Amino acid sequence: MSDCFFLFRPESKYYKMDREKLKEKVLGLVPGLQSEETRDFTAVTVAADNLHALALQLKNDPDLLFDSLLCLSGVDWGKELGVVYLFESTKQKHMLEVKVKTTDREKPCFDTLSDIWSGAILHEMEVFDLFGIFFKGHPDMRRIFLAEDWVGYPLRKDYVDEVNIVEL
Amino acid sequence: MEEIINSRVQDIEVQDYHINIGPQHPSTHGVLRLVVSLKGEIVENLQPHCGYIHRGIEKMCEKDTYPQIIHLTDRMDYLSAHMNNHAVCLLVENALEVEVPERVKYIRTIMDELNRIASHQLFFGTFANDLGATTCYMYGFRDREKVLDIFEQSTGGRMLQSYYTPGGLMRDIHPEFQKNTKAFIKYFRKKIKEYDRILTGNVIFQQRTKNVGILTKEDAIDWGVTGPTARASGLSCDVRKHHPYSAYDKVTFNEVLIPEGDTFARYMVRMHEMRESMNIIEQLIDNIPAGDYSAKMKPIIKLPAGEYFERVETARGVLGVYVISDGNKNPYRMKFRSPGFCNLGVLNKITSGFKIADLIAIFGSLDLVIPDIDR
Repeated sequence: MSDCFFLFRPESKYYKMDREKLKEKVLGLVPGLQSEETRDFTAVTVAADNLHALALQLKNDPDLLFDSLLCLSGVDWGKELGVVYLFESTKQKHMLEVKVKTTDREKPCFDTLSDIWSGAILHEMEVFDLFGIFFKGHPDMRRIFLAEDWVGYPLRKDYVDEVNIVEL
Repeated sequence: MEEIINSRVQDIEVQDYHINIGPQHPSTHGVLRLVVSLKGEIVENLQPHCGYIHRGIEKMCEKDTYPQIIHLTDRMDYLSAHMNNHAVCLLVENALEVEVPERVKYIRTIMDELNRIASHQLFFGTFANDLGATTCYMYGFRDREKVLDIFEQSTGGRMLQSYYTPGGLMRDIHPEFQKNTKAFIKYFRKKIKEYDRILTGNVIFQQRTKNVGILTKEDAIDWGVTGPTARASGLSCDVRKHHPYSAYDKVTFNEVLIPEGDTFARYMVRMHEMRESMNIIEQLIDNIPAGDYSAKMKPIIKLPAGEYFERVETARGVLGVYVISDGNKNPYRMKFRSPGFCNLGVLNKITSGFKIADLIAIFGSLDLVIPDIDR
């Protein structure tokens, strides 16, 4: 039983980039990126057209190797709707946040990233269900939590439900 | 005539069956519907339909204060309630840069590990029960009750404790907490050998689980799988090792990694993890420092405007909490990256090509908790 059991060993051949270098590297990948610093990670905002190209480079660039999609979250900023992606490299251990925004609240649409990280499939279905953001190229874009005939997108800030949401 | 018979046989062969497993099925341990496409009894495709227990916790969080949110997190993964509380507490404490007393860190770590043991005991019982070994179910629940008694004594709750608060704990531990915990470890070290005797070495069990539902390391990374499920594929992803929090940097323990990636490996990881958890508790239980059980916090907690991400290792994997704060007493947006939801995605991948009876074994080995998926 003990032969299948080995100790935690950090993989030493990979190095963790410091945040300045990481930011410099990422900003050079596609044009028009804006960056900001938060406590835990660097965040970049990308135009919706460049999202897929940026994501491909983030995953495949040998210095970055963001192979894990840690978190995918829809956000309603009021005027803008958008998606926040948190990437992590399982090898180099650095983290990056990518934001994409749109002012179109009627038919918001972004490129899917589920062809790059399969884990995005379920997350994008969740965002579609609760924020009404459509992902172009997604294999199975349906409401995953709510009923098919549910009206509205509950996690949007302007969602009104007088029956089910109790204001205290 | 022969032609007709042949065409009928062909009709039967090419026909796909779509079977609904759930929402009320004993092996889903909750309300989850799996629409399974079968060819004969081989699973070809599987689509999960969730939401039967969706409560909109993320929406509720936007109206609640941070101490209130902690009570909601209990209800996500109710088998790792302490760890879920821990994630929100860590987020608030790190965002406000509050220094938590050492005593709190030790107690939290012990409670987390006790919770992990209880969760894996329940996994042992239900997983074996899914495969038809009913006695193991009784074993698991018998021993889990001892842990729940320890929880109840100190926290007042058996399963939904809400014991952690931002800055510390709800109340101090019971005077007999250390004695009872040590007695439990002594008791469980004997009993876990029983687990191995009744199930691990069982030939039928091994034949039903070995080489079934193989998850490769690459797929585990690609699908964002974490926790014991990923560690059974050799992926080192333990938050307790990579981003130590509370007292995990003060203890020595092994991250259990098994490279096979099959159903049996996922079972074995959890068996080993229970032993590792007991090692962690033994290192800490006699050294709990004296002091306050909570740091002084302001009565109304407001996070500075900004974005925060914090994660802990629950019994099922990485629970991430992503918060956008606009400086108010409630978060602007709160997202829970729950381990169950991410692990569910890979189910289609690892079941296709296996028989429908194996599906139950594979699904059980992922150890999913449905309220954690639906939130």
